Amino acid sequence: MSTVIDTHAQDHHHGPAKGFSRWLLTTNHKDIGSMYLIFSFAMFLLGGSMAMVIRAELFQPGLQIVEPEFFNQMTTMHGLIMVFGAVMPAFVGLANWMIPLMIGAPDMALPRMNNWSFWLLPCAFLILVSTLFMEGGAPNFGWTFYAPLSTTYGPPSTTFFIFAVHIMGISSIMGGINVIATILNLRAPGMTLMKMPMFVWTWLITAFLLIAVMPVLAGVVTMMLMDINFGTSFFNAAGGGDPVLFQHVFWFFGHPEVYIMVLPAFGAVSEIIPAFSRKRLFGYASMVYAVGAIALLSFLVWAHHMFTVGIPIAGQLFFMYATMLIAVPTGVKVFNWVATMFRGSLSFEAPMLFSVAFVILFTIGGFSGLMLAIAPADFQYHDTYFVVAHFHYVLVPGAIFGIFASAYYWLPKWTGHMYDETLAQTHFWLSFVGVNLAFFPMHFLGLAGMPRRIPDYALQFADFNMISSIGAFMFGASQLLFLFIVVKCARGGEKAPAKPWEGSEGLEWTVPSPAPYHTFSTPPEVK
Amino acid sequence: MATYQTYYVPEQSKWPIIATVGLGVTMFGLASIMVNGSKGESTTGAWITFGVGGLIMAYMLFGWFGSVIKESHDGLYSPQMDRTFRWGMSWFIFSEVMFFAAFFGALFYARTFAIPWLGGEGDRGSSNMLWEGFQATWPLLNNPDPEAFPAPKEIINPWHLPLVNTILLVTSSFTVTVAHHALKQGNRKKLKAWLLATIVLALLFVGLQAEEYVQAYTELDLTLRSGIYGSTFFMLTGFHGAHVILGTLMLTIMLIRIQKGHFTAEKHFGFEAASWYWHFVDVVWLGLFVFVYIL
Repeated sequence: MSTVIDTHAQDHHHGPAKGFSRWLLTTNHKDIGSMYLIFSFAMFLLGGSMAMVIRAELFQPGLQIVEPEFFNQMTTMHGLIMVFGAVMPAFVGLANWMIPLMIGAPDMALPRMNNWSFWLLPCAFLILVSTLFMEGGAPNFGWTFYAPLSTTYGPPSTTFFIFAVHIMGISSIMGGINVIATILNLRAPGMTLMKMPMFVWTWLITAFLLIAVMPVLAGVVTMMLMDINFGTSFFNAAGGGDPVLFQHVFWFFGHPEVYIMVLPAFGAVSEIIPAFSRKRLFGYASMVYAVGAIALLSFLVWAHHMFTVGIPIAGQLFFMYATMLIAVPTGVKVFNWVATMFRGSLSFEAPMLFSVAFVILFTIGGFSGLMLAIAPADFQYHDTYFVVAHFHYVLVPGAIFGIFASAYYWLPKWTGHMYDETLAQTHFWLSFVGVNLAFFPMHFLGLAGMPRRIPDYALQFADFNMISSIGAFMFGASQLLFLFIVVKCARGGEKAPAKPWEGSEGLEWTVPSPAPYHTFSTPPEVK
Repeated sequence: MATYQTYYVPEQSKWPIIATVGLGVTMFGLASIMVNGSKGESTTGAWITFGVGGLIMAYMLFGWFGSVIKESHDGLYSPQMDRTFRWGMSWFIFSEVMFFAAFFGALFYARTFAIPWLGGEGDRGSSNMLWEGFQATWPLLNNPDPEAFPAPKEIINPWHLPLVNTILLVTSSFTVTVAHHALKQGNRKKLKAWLLATIVLALLFVGLQAEEYVQAYTELDLTLRSGIYGSTFFMLTGFHGAHVILGTLMLTIMLIRIQKGHFTAEKHFGFEAASWYWHFVDVVWLGLFVFVYIL
C-alpha cells in the first residue's frame, strides 16, 4: 500500500489543467464550487432581467410593454430560474468551496459525481429556457405549476419543463448525497459533530432535506407528465383524482424547499456575525437543535400554502399551529445572533452589513409569514401581493443577502485579494435601499387587495407599484456593481493574508489565500 | 488516522460530462417524442435522439463503473472510501423511497379524501354536486365521468398472479442473502448458484408482471386511462417493475463480475449495494401487494 500512498501524494502537487478542459473534466471541489457560483450569478441576472420586465410592465396601470400571456411566462420563469437556478446552486457552490475547507477534507467525498451534479444544471436550464422559443411559449402557470393550469391548460412546452425539472432534481439529489457523505465521512480527526462550524451543520440538514423532497418533486411532475401525455387522472376529478392532490404533493416538496434555500444562509450568517463581533457564536448547541427542529417541522406544515383551497377545518388548525411552532426555533436563532452581537466588539465590513441586514429583514419576512400562517387571516391575504412581499423578504434579503455576505466573507480566501470595501459597502446600501423600496410597498398593496400574477391593476394601486418598480430597478442595477467588484477582486487588489478577518475562526483560515488547488491532503488535527 | 492519506481523489474525468450530454439528449428526445406525438407530427427524429442519448448513457455507465472497478482493483480505495460508498448508496435508496412515497401518498389521498368527497361524504361532500349520483367505492369501478375515463370492468385478483409474484420476490430476497453469505464464506460455487437463482426469480417476476399487464389491458379494460384506480395502479406497479428490471440488471452484472473473479470475502461492496437495492425493491413490492392489490 505504501507505493499507492506515494503516487497519490504526488498527484496533489498537480495544479489545475490548462484550458477549457479544466472546467469540463474537473473533479476539484474548488473548481466546481466556482462554476456553481458563476452559473448561479448568471441565472440571477437572467431571472433578474425577467423581474425587470415584470416591474417595467407594472410601473404604471394598463398594458404597455408586454402581452399578458408573455407576462405570465415571465413570472413563471423568473420564479423557476431564481429558485432552482440562482439560490440553490449558489449555496451548493458555497458548500463545495467551503465544506471541505471547513472540515479538513481533501475534497468532496465523490468528486466525479460532483462534476456531474454541476454540469447537469446548465443542461437543465438550456432545456428550460429553450421553452421560451417553443410553439405556445414557455410555461405560464406560475412557478408552483398548479394543476390543472399546468396539465389541462398548459402549453405544449410543459413536457420539456417537466424533463428539465427531472434533470435539476437528479443534480440536487446527487449534490445532497455528496454533501452528506462528505460531512459524515471526511471530517478531520477530532472534529466531532458538535465541533462542526454552523455552516457545515446547516448544510448537513439541508442535504437531508434535498434528498427527502427532491424525489417528491420528481414524483409530482411525473404525475403531471402522465396526466398530460398518457391520459391518467391524478389531478382530474372526472376520473376520481383531485387537482388539490397536486398542491398537497407539490407543497410537501415546496415547504422543505423553502428551508433548503434559507438554512445555508442561516449557517453562513452564524459564521460571519461571530467573526465581526469578535465573540464566539452565542448558544451553538441551541443553534444546531433549532436548525434540526426547523427541518423536521418543515415536513408538517405544507398545507399552510393552501388554506383557501378548501381543506377540512381540523387540517387547517393542525397546519396553522404547526406553522406557528416554527417561529420558536427561528426565534431562538434570531435571539442567538443578536446575543452574539451584544457587547461584542463590532465592526461593519460588507459581510457584516449584509448579515445584520439579513437578521433584520429576514425577521420581517418571518413575521409576515406568521401573519399568513393564521388560517382565517390568510383567507384575506391569499394570492395577494402580501404573499409576494412575504416570500421576497425571506428570499431576497434573506437567502440572497446571505449569499452576498458569504461571497464577501470568503472572496479573499477564493481569490487571494481583498475586495474593494468602499464599493462593496456602496453595493450593500444600494441593495438594502432597493430591496426595501421594491418589496415593502407590496405589503400595503396586498393588504389593499391587489392580486399577484397580473399584468394590469386598478388605479388605486398605482403609486405603490411605481415606488416598487423604482426600487426593483435600483436593486437590479446595483447587482452589476457586485459583478464589477467580484471581477475586480479576482483580477487583483490588495493581497489577502491567510486570515483576513481578525475575529474569524475555523480551518478554512489556516490555509493560505488564495486556497491552494489541493488542500488538506493530509488531514489537520482538530482539538 | 492513516486512512485519511489514502482517500482517493481522482484527477480529471471525462465520464461526468459524457453523462451530462447523454442524460440531456435522452431527456430531450423523450420529451420530443411526447410533444411531437401529441401534435400528430413525426416522431422519428425524436426517437433517434432518444436512442442516441441512451447509447451515450450506456457507454458512460460501462466506462464510469469500469474505471471505478479498476481503481478498486488497483487498491486505491481505503476503508474510508468504502464508507463513502455505503453512505452514498444508503441515501440514494432513501431518495428512491421518497419517490415511491409520492405515489403511495397519491393513492392514499385518493382513497381517503378525494373519492369519498366526490361521493358526498365528509367535510367536502359538496363535491358530489359535480357529478351527482356518483358512488364512492374502492376499487373504483365507476368513474365520476365515465365518458372521459371509462372504468375498468374488473381489477386484478390479488390471490392469483400477484400472490405468485410476492412469493417469487420474497424468495429472491432470501436467495440473494444466501448468496451474500456464501460470498463471505468464500464459497464461490454456492455464491454463483444462489445469485443465478435470484436472477431467475427476478426474471420470472418480470415475465408474470408483463402477463398481468396484458390481462389488464386486454381482458379487464384496466388501463392508464381508466381513472384514478388505473392511474395509481400502473404508476406504482410500473415504477416498481422498472426498478425490478434495474435491480435485475445490477444483479446480472454482479454475476458477470463474479464469473470474472471479482470480489473477495472481505471487499465486495458492489455486490452488497446491488443486494441492498434488491431488498429495497422487495420491500416496496410488499407495500404494493398490501395497499394496491389486497386492500
